[in-house]
Amino acid sequence: MINKGYEETGMTLIVKTVTRITLGFILLYGVYIAINGHKSPGGGFVGGVIAALSFVHIMLAFGKKVALKRLHSHTLRISISIAALIFLFMVMGPWRERYVHIVMPLLEVAIVGGGLFAIFVALVLLSKSDKDAE
Amino acid sequence: MVELHLIILFMIGASIIAVEVKDLLSGVVAIGAVGIGLCMAFLILKAPDLAIMQLVVEILSLIILVRATIRKDIPFSVSGRWVFNTVGTICFVAVFLTAAYVTLKNMPAFGECLMKVSRFYIGNALPAASSRNVVASIIVDFRAYDTMGEVAILFTAIVGVLAIARGTGRSKEDQ
Repeated sequence: MINKGYEETGMTLIVKTVTRITLGFILLYGVYIAINGHKSPGGGFVGGVIAALSFVHIMLAFGKKVALKRLHSHTLRISISIAALIFLFMVMGPWRERYVHIVMPLLEVAIVGGGLFAIFVALVLLSKSDKDAE
Repeated sequence: MVELHLIILFMIGASIIAVEVKDLLSGVVAIGAVGIGLCMAFLILKAPDLAIMQLVVEILSLIILVRATIRKDIPFSVSGRWVFNTVGTICFVAVFLTAAYVTLKNMPAFGECLMKVSRFYIGNALPAASSRNVVASIIVDFRAYDTMGEVAILFTAIVGVLAIARGTGRSKEDQ
């Protein structure tokens, strides 16, 4: 279970149960929109924002400790940086023709989703009113 | 086009409400209404890519704004130099409308584009990039350097926000 030991933080039991069911589907839909962007409306940016929304969903429902335990802030930053470097190599490098349709949207998902979730985490951790409330 | 005009009127009304309302949370909700109206306008103008993007970004920014404003309320101040503010606003609106009239008069009519560059994209999207979505083929294939610059800007913005929020943002139990 995601919220083991943290039953008292976050929203009510209904929201937590629904979040536990729908979480994987939201993340899967983000990746689907990113990969399928060449045939249907969508693309890497939109998929990345949907992936960030799924983690924002965890953080709103279960509280920030559970969300940060699942996806640590430090891991997030390292993955964003590595994705940006691979993106640079992908565009500049010699094998840009080959796998660019699959790899570039996925890297964009990593950069956009990780970055927006990192900004959300930073803003939540920065706000003083949350610390007073807990 | 009637529904587009209705949606634009709705957006103008919602943005006036967002500026004029005293409560900060009500202003945030009104901004969300403006974004949803823009999303529907994109759908009517047959741009589903932009509509999806606008909807998703609108949801995320609304969550962040609501999360930021739900516990605090900034006192609203209307005192000050209202004569100067009103005259300045009227002058700015007049200059903006004049420049917009001069510019829009020389543009091609709505819906009749010149099709100089876009004809190449429409013709070459399927054979050269093997993509049925022309927008995605332009972003990923024909203008990959452009997308790289866009992602670089986003990455720099993320790094800047994290660098500013880092010093006070970390607490001991999150390490």
